[in-house]
Amino acid sequence: MAAEFAVEVFQNEYLTDGAREVDAIVTVAASGIPAGGVAAEDVAQVLVVDCSGSMRYPPTKLAAAKHATTTAIDALRDGVSFAVVEGTESARMIYPTHRGLAVASPRTKIEAKRVVRDLVADGGTAMGRWLALADQVLARHQGPLKHAILLTDGQNQHETPAQLSRTLASIGGRFTCDCRGVGTDWQVGELRKIAEAMLGTVDIVADPLGLAEDFRAMTATAMGKAVGGVSLRLWTPEGASVRFLKQVSPTVLDLTGRRAEAGPRTGDYPTGAWGEESRDYHLCVRVRPAGVGDRMLAGRVSLVAPGGGVLGQGRVLAVWTADEELSTRINREVAHYTGQAELAEVIQDGLEARKAGDVETATAKLGRAVALAASSGNTGTAELLAKVVEVDDPVTGTVRLRPQVADADEMTLDTRSTVTKRVGKGG
Amino acid sequence: MTNCPECDEPVAAEDRFCEGCGRNLLVRTTPVGGPDGTAAALCSCGSAEIDEDGFCEQCGRAQPVGRDRMEFVLPTVAGISDRGRRRARNEDSMAFGHVHGRGVAAIVCDGVASSERADEASQAAVDAANTVLVDALVEGTDPERATVLAVAAANRAAGALARAEAPDVAPSCTYVSAMRTDDGAVVGWVGDSRAYWLADVGNATPSRRLTKDDTWAAQLVADGVLTEAEAVNDRRSHVLSRWLGGDSGQVSPHVVTLRPEETGLVLLCSDGLWNYLPEVEDLDAARTRGTTPVELARELTEHALAAGGHDNITVVVIEVGVGRGR
Ligand SMILES: [Zn+2]
Ligand SMILES: [Zn+2]
Repeated sequence: MAAEFAVEVFQNEYLTDGAREVDAIVTVAASGIPAGGVAAEDVAQVLVVDCSGSMRYPPTKLAAAKHATTTAIDALRDGVSFAVVEGTESARMIYPTHRGLAVASPRTKIEAKRVVRDLVADGGTAMGRWLALADQVLARHQGPLKHAILLTDGQNQHETPAQLSRTLASIGGRFTCDCRGVGTDWQVGELRKIAEAMLGTVDIVADPLGLAEDFRAMTATAMGKAVGGVSLRLWTPEGASVRFLKQVSPTVLDLTGRRAEAGPRTGDYPTGAWGEESRDYHLCVRVRPAGVGDRMLAGRVSLVAPGGGVLGQGRVLAVWTADEELSTRINREVAHYTGQAELAEVIQDGLEARKAGDVETATAKLGRAVALAASSGNTGTAELLAKVVEVDDPVTGTVRLRPQVADADEMTLDTRSTVTKRVGKGG
Repeated sequence: MTNCPECDEPVAAEDRFCEGCGRNLLVRTTPVGGPDGTAAALCSCGSAEIDEDGFCEQCGRAQPVGRDRMEFVLPTVAGISDRGRRRARNEDSMAFGHVHGRGVAAIVCDGVASSERADEASQAAVDAANTVLVDALVEGTDPERATVLAVAAANRAAGALARAEAPDVAPSCTYVSAMRTDDGAVVGWVGDSRAYWLADVGNATPSRRLTKDDTWAAQLVADGVLTEAEAVNDRRSHVLSRWLGGDSGQVSPHVVTLRPEETGLVLLCSDGLWNYLPEVEDLDAARTRGTTPVELARELTEHALAAGGHDNITVVVIEVGVGRGR
């Protein structure tokens, strides 16, 4: 059975006379994924392991990274293409030794694990170069699913932010990359930038001992994907402009700037690979207002396979009305995700202000975050916030900054600030 | 010599059926249930690309579907029925027929908004009346008598939709019809849908309204309680005193006969048009002369839409006094 994409649109299509902004939450649910994902030969996975000098201290860090990588190798299904890349101030193939992929088998897995165990940490950090090599290797893969895991413990010191941005711009969308920061010496902003460009996840593994399980889970998730390179195609009418298109669940990810023109009034936004999962998008389109009583198609959202086949489609409407009762209604889903996007933003702004020593702004922003997390039932984020601020009243968002905050707690809050609560559902 | 509208086979004026496809050439009418929604070739923005859900691929505008916009054209008669801009559905209906060499029958009914399934009521009423009037044209029945029979049939058709347990919202509608023969035109009505005579310029039979509304306000004016000016602003101006449907009882129409000396047009319309152009002078001022019936119907419908389109708009235009054999 082929994967099917169900597209559902939640919105209040009624606009008051002269209004031009149309908001909608578009829920995309993929189903019909064969158990265990697609055929092994469709999948390629590259493991990128930071071997910079900082990985030596404490010694458990490198050991944990090696253990995590070998666990990920063990988790590969036979027949999957894979490679391991060593990252320093440059990037080096360690398995296979040529710039290509090996096919997972009991023999190649043993070989790869042996090489991983011999890794030594000595060198700098230039993540753009690591990713560029991963891209070259994955370019050899003919199958649809290309995935990388990037593990680092430090900052991108051996190339400029501009160099990293250029690399990301050229390889973004070609494969999915999940990023993991181990310890607390890496920068959340840096890994988030990579993960967003590569449509992957970012998370902190404060305790290196947790790495192995995390790697195994990421590898399993990657192999559970069925369709790679899926685009969200958005048609808007003449005279319309896209104010924003954001993924808002499971995490906030702004796709607005990722548009690639795909025909008249049509643009494609990358969504990466899909398994059996559901994601929500918040679309805001500004249209040319029409007369009261007019109905307009303000947007047509299609999920498009790499070959151009339409996997699912939904419609965003605009209807102008003189009935204020209709036009002033706020759609529940739109309101919820507007709040979740603001939550991510105020957490990041609040932590930024806190680092800069601006107590007033930090208190205000994080207080707002506490209130938003409480009112939307985002208990996961509320718990992380409580480790950074003392909460006096979650309803009004009255908080005090905690004087002592563990780096790991602050970085965990920052990293997971984009994790949203699903509207009307648990978790 | 013309051609069969169905298969394009040449047919003679006296042929009653097409030799090619067997179509009845003598009688042509709007389809029972109403004309299909106009599949306009172009969106109002000029684009010809319409997606399968009826949205323009260029400007996104929803194209009228089903009853939202009906347009139908027969020789010497044409009509448009439009949802307007404010109402959720089109509860007006229109039907008309052309009988070769005999004349034209046309009916407009406006569903009463406070009743249930008013769109079904108006459609059932126009179809029933159209059958009676077209048969009368074929058989040469007296038009005034035919008009009375048509209203009775329309009333039964609308009344048949009523549910015994909900008599106070029984599907109901207004009615206005015109039957044009070589002798002139006979107009009948119940309610506040109207008929106007629109004369050509310099015509010895000047333009005039042919109907008087069956509303409480009009009644009060007739009784001398209100002046015309007071009635326009009175909240009762649209409250019907007579209508068709399950709760109307026996209804006989008002009937007037028009015998114009020159050519002109009979216009039938629902209040969605005449609210914006109440006086015949307004209509004469708003219309372009020398247009075909469908062009005039479109022009007046556009006028009502541009003015706000608060109600469903139905306009049927019939050429009158243009001689025999039409
Ligand atoms: Zn024929
Ligand atoms: Zn258009």
